[in-house]
Amino acid sequence: MSDELYQQAIVELARAAHGAGRLDNAKRRATVDNPLCGDRVTVEIILANDHVVNLRHTVKGCLLCKAAASILGLRAPGADSDALHANAAAVDAVLAGKPLPRNTWAEIASFQPVAQHKSRFDCVRLPFQAVRDALKE
Amino acid sequence: MAFDPEQLRAEFPILNTRLGGKALHYLDNAASAQIPVAVIDAVMRHETAARANVSRGVHSLAERATEAYEAARSIIARYLNAALPDEVVFTGGTTGAINLVAQGSASQLKPGDEIVISELEHHSNIVPWHMLRERIGVALRALPVTDEGRVDLAALDRTVTKRTRMIALAHVSNVTGAVLDVAPVVAAARASGAQVLLDGAQAVPHGPVDVRALGVDFYAFSGHKMFAPNGIGVLWGKREALARLAPAFGGGGMIREVALDQISYADPPRRFEAGTPPIAQAVGLGEAARWVAALEREAVAAHELRLTGRMLDGLADIRGVRVVGPQGLQARRGVVSFTLDGVHPHDLCQFVDDRFAVALRGGHHCAQPLMRRFGLAGTSRASLAPYNTDADVDALLQGVAEARRVLV
Repeated sequence: MSDELYQQAIVELARAAHGAGRLDNAKRRATVDNPLCGDRVTVEIILANDHVVNLRHTVKGCLLCKAAASILGLRAPGADSDALHANAAAVDAVLAGKPLPRNTWAEIASFQPVAQHKSRFDCVRLPFQAVRDALKE
Repeated sequence: MAFDPEQLRAEFPILNTRLGGKALHYLDNAASAQIPVAVIDAVMRHETAARANVSRGVHSLAERATEAYEAARSIIARYLNAALPDEVVFTGGTTGAINLVAQGSASQLKPGDEIVISELEHHSNIVPWHMLRERIGVALRALPVTDEGRVDLAALDRTVTKRTRMIALAHVSNVTGAVLDVAPVVAAARASGAQVLLDGAQAVPHGPVDVRALGVDFYAFSGHKMFAPNGIGVLWGKREALARLAPAFGGGGMIREVALDQISYADPPRRFEAGTPPIAQAVGLGEAARWVAALEREAVAAHELRLTGRMLDGLADIRGVRVVGPQGLQARRGVVSFTLDGVHPHDLCQFVDDRFAVALRGGHHCAQPLMRRFGLAGTSRASLAPYNTDADVDALLQGVAEARRVLV
C-alpha cells in the first residue's frame, strides 16, 4: 500500500538528500541507468585504507531512488567496502521479502513495502548498483 | 436512447474490479483499453466452435476458421472505408505494421532519400526508420512540435523536399492527445511525390476512420487499444502501395510458388502474413470494430470531450501541475499528459494507484524525442475511453492533489 510505500521515513530520507552533490576529486565513480524509465544515478567515492572518506551522489530519478541514495550519503562515510557490499546485499534481501540482515543499516528496512512492487525494485537498487560498480573501478 | 457510460460499463466485467477495497478507475486506455463481453464471447465462440488453421484446409473447422478470419478482414475494411478487404493486412500490432512498411520499402530506397517524421512520434514510428537510416543511409528528418504539443505543420515546406519518399506521422499523439491536421501533410506529400503513413493507434479507438477521405497511402493501428485482444493489429495500404512492398517476413502462406532455386510471392495481403496468423485475435478485432462502430459516435465524442475538459480544468487548479499538450479541447482526444513539480511520474502513478485505485501511466511513453523537446524525463498520463465517468476523473484529481500534499 502506498501508505507504507511512501511512508514518512522514505519521504524524509528523499527530501533530506544526504550526500547529494559532486566529488570532483573522487577516484571511484560510476553512473548507472535504468533504460526502462530513464532514471540515472552517479555515485562518487573517496576511499582511504578501504574505508569511505566521502560519498556523493547525483540522482535523476524517483523518490525511492533518491531515498536509497540518501541512505548511502548518510551511512556510507566510515564504512569499508565489505560493509558497502553487505548493505547492497541487504537491499536485495529486503526487496525479496526477507528480514533486514543483522549488522546492516536500519534505514534499509524502510524499503520492505517495496517487496510487493516488483516494477519498483530497480528504483531502490540503482544507487547501490552504482556503488558496486564504483568499487570495481 | 441517450449515451449512458454506466450502461456501457456493464459490458466490461473488469471495471468491477476492486483494489484494496476501492473501485478501479481505469485511465490507462491509451496503453491498452479493456475488452467488452461481446469481444470476449466472440473469441470464446471461435475457439470453441471454429478453431483450426486458416487457408488450404478442407475440413469443416478449417473452413469455419478461414471464413471467420476473412470476415474479420472485411469488417476492418468497412471500419476504414477501404476500397477492398485485400487492402487490410493483419499484423501483430502498430509496431509490426510500420516495420512491415519500412522493411518492405527498403529495396525502393537509396542513400540520401528522406523519411519525414515528427518530434512527437512514438518510438514505433521512429525506430523502424532509423533502422533504414542505418541500413541504407536514408536521411531522417523531423517536423518540430509546437509549445502546445502539436506537429508544427508550418515547417512542412522546409522539411518535405523532392527527396522525401515517406511522411510517417501519428494521427493522434499518444502523449499530448493532439489530432493531426492530415490534409496539409497529404498535399505536401503529393507535391513531392512522397507517400504518407499514419500511425492510427490512438485514433481508431474513437471510431471508424475513412482512409480514402484522408488520402493517405498507409494506415497502421493496434487491436488492444481499441477493445480487442493483444497480438493483433492492422496495416491498411492502398492496393497499389501494398503491391510495391516487398515481404518483410518469409514462411508458409505468403508464397505463390517455392522451388529450391526460385520463389514467387502471393499478392497482398497474404504476401505479408507469413506463417499461421493470429486467427482468434483477428476475430476479436473484427468484433471490437463492430462494437465501436455501433456506439453513438457523436454522443461518445461529446462525453469524452466533456471529461477531458473536466480533467484539464481540475488539473489547472492543482498548484505545480503542468499539462503537456493542448490546453483547450479543439483537435484533441482524451489523452492528457502532465507533470507535478517535485514528483517523479512513477511516484505519482504508484501513489494514485495504491491510494485511489487510479490506473495511470508514467514515464517517457516511448516518445523520448518529445520528452527532450519539453525538457522532461517523463510525464504522467491519463487517457479516456467511452466507459470512463466523472467519478474516474474526480478520483484522479483527488489523487494528484493528495500526492502533492504527501510527496512534495
